[in-house]
Amino acid sequence: MTQPVMTSSAESLPLPGGLHGVVADWSSDQRAFKNVPWGKAMMWIFLLSDTFIFSCFLISYMTVRMSTTEPWPNPSEVFALTLWGKKIPLILIAIMTFVLISSSGTMAMAVNFGYRKDRVKTFILLLITAALGATFVGMQAFEWTKLIFEEGVRPWGNPMGAAQFGSAFFMITGFHGTHVSIGVIFLIIVAIKVLRGDLDHERPGFLTGRKGKYEIVEIMGLYWHFVDLVWVFIFAFFYLW
Amino acid sequence: MAHAEGQQHPIGIYLKIWALLFILSTASYLVDYFHFQGYLRWFLIVLFMLLKAGLIVSVFMHMLWERLALMYAILVPTLLLMVFLGIGALEGHYTFFTRGAFFGPGSTVPVEHR
Repeated sequence: MTQPVMTSSAESLPLPGGLHGVVADWSSDQRAFKNVPWGKAMMWIFLLSDTFIFSCFLISYMTVRMSTTEPWPNPSEVFALTLWGKKIPLILIAIMTFVLISSSGTMAMAVNFGYRKDRVKTFILLLITAALGATFVGMQAFEWTKLIFEEGVRPWGNPMGAAQFGSAFFMITGFHGTHVSIGVIFLIIVAIKVLRGDLDHERPGFLTGRKGKYEIVEIMGLYWHFVDLVWVFIFAFFYLW
Repeated sequence: MAHAEGQQHPIGIYLKIWALLFILSTASYLVDYFHFQGYLRWFLIVLFMLLKAGLIVSVFMHMLWERLALMYAILVPTLLLMVFLGIGALEGHYTFFTRGAFFGPGSTVPVEHR
């Protein structure tokens, strides 16, 4: 029996660039995404599908806000906080935005140190990212509590105006918060794998059994940056509009 | 182009983008803080939003250094959402119009059914 020789001609031959490269990659009768580990390509495709889910939410929100005959509650006032005797509009949301952007920054650095095989720094940065993510979810829980118990906002109505405000708010921010929470859990898992050296020693993962590699830090990073990306759109369309 | 060893870039570029994202977020918060209204508000909000989204996708998610085949596979379907957005806007306007026509003052629907 002869074993098939694993030649990776796709990698050794120079790949054409530009539009010619797009056609060549897709028509190569091999994998379409060259130079990208398949886990990363799959994460991108998952994120594309998630983009469509969040777009469905945001476009439905636009549709109900355009079609309601009741006045829309002013988010600038609804989400204002009284700090030091002064009413500051949207301050909690602004802080949440900065927290999430900071977590994206530490995540990007974690990916970078991961590829440099700096285990301790990657671990610390991943842990800071998870902590910032958890802070974000905590602040969101505070925001929800305030809205439900003090402002009386419900999915089916609120005292300030259009009933759709509550349903759109809880649906969109709830789904985003779930994404952040899942991200925090996976960040902690990846952080532990990094610290234990699972990725250096290519130990198989507990769930997939695949060899540990530092590309999983980058794949985790893609998910985390996407969560931040979705928040950019929620912040603009729900809170600022 | 993408490296065989994964995405390796100097750390400085991330710090710069991080700072830019902070500046852009502050700017979009100030739009609300100073109570800009109307088209100026919407223009600024969308501008800052798209700049932030672009920076995150291109640098933090390394899309800038990926091959065009992956870039197009992700970005073209996303852009097609604009069609969906247009359909949603049409639908919203139409629903608003019919609500006014049927349930608003002066409609032909009997009051007890409004």
